[in-house]
Amino acid sequence: MTNQAEGFQPRIVVFACNWCSYAGADLAGVSRIQYPPTTRVIRVMCSGRVTPGFILEAFRLGADGVLVTGCHPGDCHYISGNENAVVTVDKTGRLMNVLGIEAARLRLEWISAAEGARFARIMTEFTEQVQALGPTALKDTTL
Amino acid sequence: MSHVTMTQNEETRVGVFVCHCGSNIAGYVDVAAVTAYARTLPGVVFAQDNMYTCSDGGLTEIKTAIKTHALERVVVAACTPRTHEPLFRDACREAGLNPYLFEFVNIRDQCSWVHRLEPEAATQKAKDLVRMGVAKARLLQPLEEQEMPVEPVALIVGGGMIGMTAAVNLASRGFQVKLVEREPELGGMMLRLDKLYPTQDDAQPLIQQRVAEVRRSKTIEVFTASTLHAIKGFVGNYDVTVRDREGRLSSFKAGTVIVATGARVFTPHGMYGYDGERVVTQLELEKQIADRRLQIANCNLQPAVSNLKRVVMIQCVGARIPERPYCSRICCTTAIKNALELRELNPETEVYILYRDTETQGTRYEAYYTRAREAGIQFIRYSLDHPPQVGEGRVVVYDELLGAKLGIPYDLVVLSTPLVAQEGAHELAQMLKVPLDEHGFFLEAHVKLRPLDFATDGVYVAGTCRWPSHLEETIAQAYGAAARAATILTKEHVTSSGVVARVDESLCRGCGRCVEVCEFGAPALVEVAPGIKVARVNPVMCKGCGACASVCPTGAMAALHFTDGQVMAMVRAALLNQK
Repeated sequence: MTNQAEGFQPRIVVFACNWCSYAGADLAGVSRIQYPPTTRVIRVMCSGRVTPGFILEAFRLGADGVLVTGCHPGDCHYISGNENAVVTVDKTGRLMNVLGIEAARLRLEWISAAEGARFARIMTEFTEQVQALGPTALKDTTL
Repeated sequence: MSHVTMTQNEETRVGVFVCHCGSNIAGYVDVAAVTAYARTLPGVVFAQDNMYTCSDGGLTEIKTAIKTHALERVVVAACTPRTHEPLFRDACREAGLNPYLFEFVNIRDQCSWVHRLEPEAATQKAKDLVRMGVAKARLLQPLEEQEMPVEPVALIVGGGMIGMTAAVNLASRGFQVKLVEREPELGGMMLRLDKLYPTQDDAQPLIQQRVAEVRRSKTIEVFTASTLHAIKGFVGNYDVTVRDREGRLSSFKAGTVIVATGARVFTPHGMYGYDGERVVTQLELEKQIADRRLQIANCNLQPAVSNLKRVVMIQCVGARIPERPYCSRICCTTAIKNALELRELNPETEVYILYRDTETQGTRYEAYYTRAREAGIQFIRYSLDHPPQVGEGRVVVYDELLGAKLGIPYDLVVLSTPLVAQEGAHELAQMLKVPLDEHGFFLEAHVKLRPLDFATDGVYVAGTCRWPSHLEETIAQAYGAAARAATILTKEHVTSSGVVARVDESLCRGCGRCVEVCEFGAPALVEVAPGIKVARVNPVMCKGCGACASVCPTGAMAALHFTDGQVMAMVRAALLNQK
């Protein structure tokens, strides 16, 4: 980590599906597992609800990272919504390359309702990953 | 339904209620500061904090504020919508506000509880989350729910003691029950038990009586040697297909589902010399005891004698280890039960129970343990650092309390193994769209508030498929799950969620992407003029996932309550700091 990045508190937008990942986040809370206060969760019914537009708007406004979380493959409450999320994140990652935003700032993870510890670990890991990248280059150009 | 008038020019009036949750939130988040901050947010005309917003007093304050401050939107910053959203929506409804004009902000599970060492950062995050919630709340629209008829039929998956108990209970209330059992016989695990702890009652009369009750019932239809093949639909209205071993399919409708598939006993292959003969599991010992008793009865042998001189039982075999860290709860009492039976058959039989910790909690079970001690059963404590060694004719164990190695000759070694997830649990969970925990047991909606419910409405759980439990606990769960299912079955109608997709036909060009992506057949293309097609959504079939809205190229499809505008407003509020 560079000196510049030290003490850098990234701003991370997390999309969490109602049935698995949001419940996993709740379980992390109930279990009192601590993770960095860098994330802001937006609840959606399904990870398949997330659009490239939501993700790119977050980056446009200076998000240092975006995390899309959903049910494990086969466990989607809506059968295949999480498969749509794979397509969305993949597509958006390629758009980010064109726009000059590091693809590592966007991540897709599966977190079940039983995986409170996993939710907390992913929040911590992704925070570290984004910290290593440093602040987004778009930060200074935003509103 | 809603008394709210929607005007574009006037600012929507938002009220914010910030909950202390006793000290759960207020212990780490500066609730007063969050409340004061909420007052500065656009649209907020009223904000207050409550010790417990979910209490009677808190709910009354919400209803009063809706009236006195003419609130058009309500935001509660508290725990989680997964447990408390229905309560606050009802409060809004009772005060004349459409329940979908309510927004939940989670500042406990995702804030105070997970940032306990950083109160300033936790407070800042709570402010950000409230700002995001208010931003969405301002854009919320009143939604309409649909009423749908309820099929007064319960589907119960699993024909063991628990599934049958729930079935008999529901049948006695006058409901039709479809009971699906994978094995050719009803009865499940109890068919393999000889005695029941802590009373040493015979298991078979109990289970056979329950089987007879099921068979006698005119309203319970039993499908043995059958599994759930497919299930579609929603609470009140499931289309179920059951498949038997010959591949024959039977279809019926059901309004509610109870999962009671039980658990199976872990087989300790490769552990402690397990061979099923001289080293057996408790369940195998139980069969030996039952067979022996039968033999004795048939030959009129008196007194009842087994020829075992020394039996060594090893507890926690495959349990409370890194790959399976949980305590299976039933193994200590099972070991005591079978040890007492061995002593009953032959008072000369020495029984040694090698344990790590003895879990016999509660008034009855502690007395049961004492009874075992008084009956001369030896308890020897070992630790995982020095696990017992099963050799030819001798078990060597390091006695933790004595601080010495003991060698115990044996005729039989019995391994106490845990209950593990039922075979096929994963497939069933995927079919029903309900979650499993990390060990493969079914995961309830909330361990304390909704212990027999799944998060999915109308699907319930009981018995050891949820967690290893004693029989009396699981039977109580069977009654509980039946009562929960009856709350649906007694209704003529259930209301569907207002969170569905809706098409703006003026923007739709009839491309059909929504039809392709929907798993539930909710949108369909309709020809509105010659050659002009638009999509229309059947709100009863729509589950509100929003997949169609995500793929709609023109923005015609809206995922209500999670519209592009509403989600975008949250994204912007998350990132545009207004300290």
